[in-house]
Amino acid sequence: MAESILVFAEHQGGKIVRPTWEAIAAAQQIAKEAGASVSAVILGENLTAIAAEIAAADLKDVLAVDGAALKEYTPGGYCFALKKVIEDRKPDWVIFSHTYQVRDFAPKLAAMLNRGLASDCLGYRREDGRMIFVRQVFQGKFNADIVLADETPRLVTFQAGSFREDAVTRGSNPAPVFRIAAAPNAANIRTQPGERFREAKQAVDLTQAELIVAVGRGIKAPENLDLAKRLAEALGAELGASRPICDSGWLPMDRQIGSSGQTVAPKLYLALGISGAIQHQVGMKGARTVVAVNKDKEAPIFEVATYGIVGDLFEVVPPLIEELKKVKAG
Amino acid sequence: MKIAVCLKQVPSRDSVLRINAAGNWIQETDINYEVNEPDIYALEEALRLKEAQGGEVVICSLGPARATQAIKEALAKGADRALHLEDAAFEGLDANGIAKVFAAALKPENPDLIVTGLQSDDLGFAQTGVMLAEFLGLPHSTIIMQIEVNGGRMRVKRELEAGWFQWIDMPLPAVLTIQSGINKPRYATLKGIMAAKNKPVRKVSMADLGINQQEIAPGLKVLKIYPPVKQSKTEFLEGSAKEIAVKLVDKLKNEARVL
Repeated sequence: MAESILVFAEHQGGKIVRPTWEAIAAAQQIAKEAGASVSAVILGENLTAIAAEIAAADLKDVLAVDGAALKEYTPGGYCFALKKVIEDRKPDWVIFSHTYQVRDFAPKLAAMLNRGLASDCLGYRREDGRMIFVRQVFQGKFNADIVLADETPRLVTFQAGSFREDAVTRGSNPAPVFRIAAAPNAANIRTQPGERFREAKQAVDLTQAELIVAVGRGIKAPENLDLAKRLAEALGAELGASRPICDSGWLPMDRQIGSSGQTVAPKLYLALGISGAIQHQVGMKGARTVVAVNKDKEAPIFEVATYGIVGDLFEVVPPLIEELKKVKAG
Repeated sequence: MKIAVCLKQVPSRDSVLRINAAGNWIQETDINYEVNEPDIYALEEALRLKEAQGGEVVICSLGPARATQAIKEALAKGADRALHLEDAAFEGLDANGIAKVFAAALKPENPDLIVTGLQSDDLGFAQTGVMLAEFLGLPHSTIIMQIEVNGGRMRVKRELEAGWFQWIDMPLPAVLTIQSGINKPRYATLKGIMAAKNKPVRKVSMADLGINQQEIAPGLKVLKIYPPVKQSKTEFLEGSAKEIAVKLVDKLKNEARVL
């Protein structure tokens, strides 16, 4: 019998989120090679419009679990409903995008089903009929090939950006939408989510910046930030940072670039002492030109750099400031 | 309140890592280890809650003999005692298996709250804490940036993507995974280091937990690890710092045209 793939569709503010389309693209690609079918599952309340949005993709069907208890996302409610859908449809694979919501509930679902979970994968390949998933380990220093046990369903999450949203095949007709009665009751839900909010002091908008100088752990101490600031001034650039710098309080959180901070797309991104873990790359890989300065030539940031400088930033930056001043003056 | 902290010892960030002969893990000899960074923040949060509310902080760490060092560090910072889950049978487990072992070890402890880092710096699956909650039958929340305990309930600030947050109201007992940056972790004092020498560390083996190997058979395996295939077309600039500066400015001006 042909294999079947179920894709979890996440939504926010009445729209399917972008990483879900990437997960659909991944599922469609796997299905094409394996002769498998792809279904999507969506949970929430009053799902008619949003189920129609996902049904535009080339899918076997869309499974919608509608209920008041699913109006807001909770790990208890979502896992209850998904477990029922999975037991009902018995998919061979369940594919998710590795979003913060999925990170919150997919391990619980895997534990309820007593299955392994191949989380945060970047891609896959098929070898001797077996699916091998590729993911980073040791903060991107190495990649790992991992396999899941034979028992189905096999659960996989893909990192945002691993597949392309524009690779999604649209159907010639909308996929049929089936309602599944799997809504949880209050006893399944023990956490009460409040409204989503942003910190009011989000003062800096790096998303519109044309030039960015960003600093990472390599800056070593807060007093050294002055060097990065002087470089940013010489360039006319905004100053950004990787997560550890903001965690340490050396720069405010609104300077943070990466999956938990801002996503930027400047003309120039100059990374000083940033190793470039995947969480950081997610936030800056839209930059047109990337310059990376790092003392470790194996640092993952060099994978996305246009120009690389392997060296000590404290030696490299001062003459760079001088040269920039000359060019600006001339 | 009784707070359990699950923490992991991982290779230090500065270690130069080499792949082992089998090609499926790193060479574990001749490298330095440290406490997984997000777990350091989880420990700090536990210590602060104890200081505010009274109670006890219990460390729970799974790993070989070397993990003793990570446990000592946590005790030196102010944790009261520790469980060291050490058994050859625990090697090569996946997150599901590790969570089952933690669950079996922590169930008799009956903690009011269990905290751990949101993910590990080595494998980074980000699963163990959430699975542990499920195996203990407890509610959980993840990627937490603030905790406010009030009687039998708490309010936690959960980080979402792109600078968004959300408060979650939930009962105790529960499991939380802690995000880096939630607090400023303390350093151990000399007095703390001395005091740690007399704090109890209990070794816990598979036999102590009444788990059989079948129950924790891995559903996921690492086949091999390898350096990422270089796909980038990075142009490396070389020379003295001055020469590099001249070259880079020229490239930015005339090639990339961003100046």
